[in-house]
Amino acid sequence: MYHAKVTFATTARILRQLKHDPRTIALIFVVPCILLSLLRWMYSDNLTVFNHIAPALLGVFPFIIMFIITSITTLRERTSGTMERLMATRLGKLDLIVGYMLAFGLLAIVQALLASGLLLYGFGLVVAGPVWFLVVMALADALLGTALGLFVSAFARTEFQAVQFMPAFVLPQFLIGGLLVPLAQMPSVLESIAYFLPLTYAIDALSRVVSEVILSSESWRDLWVVLGCVLAAVLLGALTLRRQSK
Amino acid sequence: MTTTVSIEATKLTVKKQKTVILDGLSFTIQAGTVTGLIGPSGSGKTTLIRAIVGVQQVTSGSLTVLGKAAGDARPRANIGYVTQSPAIYDDLTVLQNVHYFAKLAGASAAQADSIIRVVHLDDKKDQLAALLSGGQKARVSLAIALLGDPEVLVLDEPTVGLDPILRQELWRLFAALAARGKTLIVSSHVMDEAERCDELLLMRDGKLLWNNSRQQLLAHTGASSVEKAFIAMVSAEGNA
Repeated sequence: MYHAKVTFATTARILRQLKHDPRTIALIFVVPCILLSLLRWMYSDNLTVFNHIAPALLGVFPFIIMFIITSITTLRERTSGTMERLMATRLGKLDLIVGYMLAFGLLAIVQALLASGLLLYGFGLVVAGPVWFLVVMALADALLGTALGLFVSAFARTEFQAVQFMPAFVLPQFLIGGLLVPLAQMPSVLESIAYFLPLTYAIDALSRVVSEVILSSESWRDLWVVLGCVLAAVLLGALTLRRQSK
Repeated sequence: MTTTVSIEATKLTVKKQKTVILDGLSFTIQAGTVTGLIGPSGSGKTTLIRAIVGVQQVTSGSLTVLGKAAGDARPRANIGYVTQSPAIYDDLTVLQNVHYFAKLAGASAAQADSIIRVVHLDDKKDQLAALLSGGQKARVSLAIALLGDPEVLVLDEPTVGLDPILRQELWRLFAALAARGKTLIVSSHVMDEAERCDELLLMRDGKLLWNNSRQQLLAHTGASSVEKAFIAMVSAEGNA
């Protein structure tokens, strides 16, 4: 009872903090849409390519944005001393992490709806499979970004380190995730590594839903892998969060 | 009146990397007292405070708070903690800050509102914490520590930069809380503050110079103030 109450209180507190910073909220919602619009403009004369890569990027952009926002927010909690204060209360470590997940998850829902709405209705993206799967996958990717951001922020001592984690953790996943070069055409070592990275599954699922009328077992596998990684990152985040400093 | 031990340290040692920060401290603190933790900057006050509230790992020795190892869930629910620099959310209002921590401490919203009055911030309650002065932020931080009526209050330099009237009021509040059986530990690098405490822990270089009442310290050293007594103790140690 106490833990549920303080988890929701933490979610409400984080959302209230963001309410005092409307520009950040606007950036979370608008930046993926602007990037997708830019892409659509770039490929004005080659819509086949756009239709191929845009759905995958619907997963990648929210993933990157939520990763950065979460890792900076939690780091700020550390440097301001509020983390130490929280750790000196009864608040459980998981309460804090789940509180963060819920707050950023809510933002991610709006973000996913806006970006996929733009693709489907603004740019007339043709999706052979169920549209809900596209939206759910985009949302799962945003949650994955949030969970990984929470997890790696435990290893960042300064803002500079936290920002560097983006190129370090996120860009490799994007580069070898199968979007730039199909997995089968990569050197076999890289291909094997790619299968250990969650973004690979996100990109695969989003590409499949565009071309496959019925959800295949691979699509479902992709979704469960991403959600499993979210859960694992949340639990690892709670484990690596230290109540006591050395 | 029977006395109850609220905090007990036995050969408490904390090392960070290879540096010894707290060097085998042994002391007891009784419930119902205001203990001044006094020492120059760098003497280990904040590390001791962090160990008591359970956010600092103890290297060796033991430290119990309310009969349980420091850092246990039970003492944590019963400790109010004011960090040295005000640990509050700059992007929340005073009221939002206090109400959030009230939920964590299991305190009612009504109690949260009355505590804002205790620290004289009712006219600022809808202001964003980022816009407050240093002293006002410190008061928000103190208000949060008072939530839930904790048995133990640990205050790291709580009165720095406050106006003298408010400081006097706070010391009265601390005394009133102690009279109700609460345990208060107040750290300061200003020796003046020591004059307001019944009990003293004098620290220097990670070691305890004194762990007893202020009266006895003055009697023991024959000094007229804690500051003079501190100097007498340090030079006596140098000669020994």
